[in-house]
Amino acid sequence: MSVGLVIVSHSAKIAEGVVELAAQMAPDVVLVAAGGVDDGGGPVRIGTSFDRVQAGIEQASGGDGVVVLTDLGSAVMTAEMVLEFLEPDARASVRLAQAALVEGAVAAAVQAQGGSSLDEVVRAAEAAVVSIRPEELEPFVSHAAAAPGSDAAPGASASPGGRTASGSWTLPNQMGLHTRPAATLATGLADLDADVTVNGVDGKSVMLLMSLGLGQGRTVTAEASGPDAQAAVDFIGQAVESGFGEPD
Amino acid sequence: MSMAAALDTQWALRWVQETARVVAENRALLIDLDRVIGDADHGENLDRGFSAVVAKLDAGDAPATPAAVLKQVAMTLMSTVGGAAGPLYGTAFLRAATSLGDAGEIDAAAAAGMIRAARDGIVARGKAEVGDKTMVDAWTPATESAETAAQAGATPPEVLAAAANAAHAGAVATEPLIARKGRASYLGERSAGHQDPGAVSTALILQAAAEAAGEGVA
Repeated sequence: MSVGLVIVSHSAKIAEGVVELAAQMAPDVVLVAAGGVDDGGGPVRIGTSFDRVQAGIEQASGGDGVVVLTDLGSAVMTAEMVLEFLEPDARASVRLAQAALVEGAVAAAVQAQGGSSLDEVVRAAEAAVVSIRPEELEPFVSHAAAAPGSDAAPGASASPGGRTASGSWTLPNQMGLHTRPAATLATGLADLDADVTVNGVDGKSVMLLMSLGLGQGRTVTAEASGPDAQAAVDFIGQAVESGFGEPD
Repeated sequence: MSMAAALDTQWALRWVQETARVVAENRALLIDLDRVIGDADHGENLDRGFSAVVAKLDAGDAPATPAAVLKQVAMTLMSTVGGAAGPLYGTAFLRAATSLGDAGEIDAAAAAGMIRAARDGIVARGKAEVGDKTMVDAWTPATESAETAAQAGATPPEVLAAAANAAHAGAVATEPLIARKGRASYLGERSAGHQDPGAVSTALILQAAAEAAGEGVA
């Protein structure tokens, strides 16, 4: 069993929509929507509900832990209260991620799908901050988010394990590095003992890979360091050259 | 108002009834205040929450202590209010209940301690400070006045009246402030010129506590 996610939003529709989006890339992860508030059977209104969040956490537990993601202020407060009410045993395996809801949920779900630990899933959620530079209409990555493990900067000779590898390939498939290929790369790299950057961003972060916005014909450049550096570069090369199994 | 009464379980139940009444009466005012600087749901949410509390207390077994009444208030608000007031007032009533232990009747020091516990719970939950234009701006002077009154030998109902009066003054003083917490903070300078709805509802709730103890509020 993997880590489960609970999506807390003021809006039931937002919570359900985020679950729907994240489920596309994480079919085996338990994703629970806990949005809106009701009066016990009445219509669902905007707001957050202690009972719904509590029930959501219960439903999502049973695996390797639960990560709770929230939207605006009072959703955070409601989630914190629910966590305080958990028995100490249960509390130890539930985390509240400080993350952007949509990006964080997708990143966490992909990480959980790959069988990562609770800590790793929380980290994936919290690292997934991506913004759009409107004048370019092309996604870009904030500097803070783009430099996870800056000790793995290109050319660094004192890398952990003392091994480095790199490679460059052209994207052959029509869709380029969209969500599914990004998830393929991120989950495949997650198990390798290497720091990997792809075009300057963390190769283990599906959100950051997606945010590169690389289309067909663009160049993918990978740099890796650590004991599995070569394996990581080989994996990326094979995946890219095969077009991720998608049509050219 | 009637004679000052002991702060016992019956008082706690009257407090809840009186809060539900005064919140319903001021529903439109709270909605209007929240409409200009928030999401217009404060009056409706609180009205719904306290109506649910009254219904729950009417339906169930009578709680044995003031703390048991306040705990029931907390649990019901947390599930039904929805907006920020749910976890904030939920925490406040829960901490207040904890501070009272299983006492059957509350003395002046315990009354002030209860208000302090509620205030500290709200600060811990919402991370707001004095001057952020939130309910903390009503709870903090209320706590200080209640403690001063208790130390000066006031009766328990007088402690509650001191808290309510200070909360009212605190709520009025939020008018020129610029919000730094909650949904109103997105408005920046446009949040000035209106009282904070959470501070106003705090004053109403503490006023209800005093009046349930037979102590009129100035």
